Amino acid sequence: MSVTKTDLAEALYMDVGLNKCEANEFVDAFFNVIKDILVDGNNLKLSGFGNFELRDKKGRPGRNPKTLEEVAIPPRRIVAFKPGQKIRDTIETYAGSRTQ
Amino acid sequence: MKSVTRSELINILNTKLSDSGLLKSDISLSVKELINTMSSAIASGERIEIRGFGSFTLRERKPRMGRNPKTGESVALGIKYAPHFKPGKDLKERVMDSIKNQ
Repeated sequence: MSVTKTDLAEALYMDVGLNKCEANEFVDAFFNVIKDILVDGNNLKLSGFGNFELRDKKGRPGRNPKTLEEVAIPPRRIVAFKPGQKIRDTIETYAGSRTQ
Repeated sequence: MKSVTRSELINILNTKLSDSGLLKSDISLSVKELINTMSSAIASGERIEIRGFGSFTLRERKPRMGRNPKTGESVALGIKYAPHFKPGKDLKERVMDSIKNQ
């Protein structure tokens, strides 16, 4: 089962003490604000978690692999996530405990 | 490109949620809680799925032979795990549209 917005709202209710309505509103606002930041052309440095970075890709000629037809791939902007040191350390600990 | 920091994110949320009655300290604690909850979920191999935003998964990197760049010696590197973010449809499309309107 995936972790969803409902689970994150539950965590705010249980651990921070927001009521259910505030918790849902907060989780929505959190992801909407991050989206707006990226759409506005800014990177986000979320210390303790990682960085969301915009990367501009040049246009290039491509091919439809099914029909082999040539198509131009236009310039694109994509969002990349670079995990921070803290989360990488947490993963290391977890991976270590799993292989033992 | 300009970067927005965690404290600036907290300020933006504080403005946006000004009608909610939440104090700035609640907002700061809530951001911390979300980051911690998401980090431990990813680290324990759970998938996070936020509709319209994206999903986080833990990906396995195969063990490989590496080299000590100083001595040139071969060293075996074990399986590694790295978090991966896949942007959701809405985020991808809106970020793409944003360069068209420049």
